[in-house]
Amino acid sequence: MSAPASGLAQIGKSVFVKGELSGSEDLYVDGQVEGSIALKANSLTVGPNGQVKASIDAKGVVVQGKLEGNIQASDRVELRKSAIVTGDISTQRISIEEGAYLKGKVDIHRADVKS
Amino acid sequence: MSSVSQNFMKLFRGSSGSETVPEQASQKLSRRSSGLGELSRAWEAAEGMCILDLGSTSANNIRHFTERGHKIYSEDLLTASTDPELATTDEQGNAALDSRKFLADNLVYPAAHFDVVLCWNLPDYLDESLVKPVVGRLWSVLKPGGMLLAYFHTRDAGPDSPCHRFHIVGPDNLEMTKITLRRDPHGSSKGVVNTSTDGFQLQRVFNNRHIENLFRDFASIKFFLARDNIREVLVVR
Repeated sequence: MSAPASGLAQIGKSVFVKGELSGSEDLYVDGQVEGSIALKANSLTVGPNGQVKASIDAKGVVVQGKLEGNIQASDRVELRKSAIVTGDISTQRISIEEGAYLKGKVDIHRADVKS
Repeated sequence: MSSVSQNFMKLFRGSSGSETVPEQASQKLSRRSSGLGELSRAWEAAEGMCILDLGSTSANNIRHFTERGHKIYSEDLLTASTDPELATTDEQGNAALDSRKFLADNLVYPAAHFDVVLCWNLPDYLDESLVKPVVGRLWSVLKPGGMLLAYFHTRDAGPDSPCHRFHIVGPDNLEMTKITLRRDPHGSSKGVVNTSTDGFQLQRVFNNRHIENLFRDFASIKFFLARDNIREVLVVR
């Protein structure tokens, strides 16, 4: 289990947030979030205690806890073995550990080829 | 006579079967699947198919289909059936699962949405009260001409046959690993009806007539007998 890196914005496991979250730094959520999370150029990590009910728009998403909502990731999505995800995933790359639970559609979009 | 029986029913003694992968004998099995081979020909020849995988979430399967430009939906129905809120009793007062609630929360797709449904061994491990309603819903979400693959144990397999997750590793090759229950998506560590301490239990053994009956609304059914006490069934809506 990976711990959050220092210098990372964190929502601890006793914190509940409802509304729209956006930012320009990586975010680690080990508490509860309801609403939407937009981190266009940064990554979201849902920790093992995290319970997120939100649509996600981020560069990268790592899930160790529970996430309900659609994920739009411009780079990659990682579902760790303890992940429980309900929602559609649209990303360039995805990795899923054995034991992870996913209910939803997976759409892999290829990176734009630069001429 | 059922509509399935009226249609062509073919019985093959195929070369399907499983063998142990030597280096990981206790965990992984390799299995050749004639039914998968037939389905593979369909998805290799087509583009943009809509595929529903009802087994445990598999990165292999997601990669297999997305690399070919298909849309893949993953929904682990067996794990979903362990939701404690589904527990109810039938008319005789026996423990059962609430199929209406189950279908309100699961398999919620537009009609005629999928080209292929991969059931794997779901019917053998799913609670009795859910089997027919689930097959009925699968009929409605499959496109006419869409195909469904399911595996059924024969009686010789024995009551303790482990439930596996299936990873597609080739056109007609699967890797199987035993499913060990750690928790369900609703937070409980153990299921309601159909789980043992470390995995799902075989609920029943269907014979050919039961299987024909189960899929009687479908247009055709094809059986493949394997060497490992599994009957593969490929049905077409």
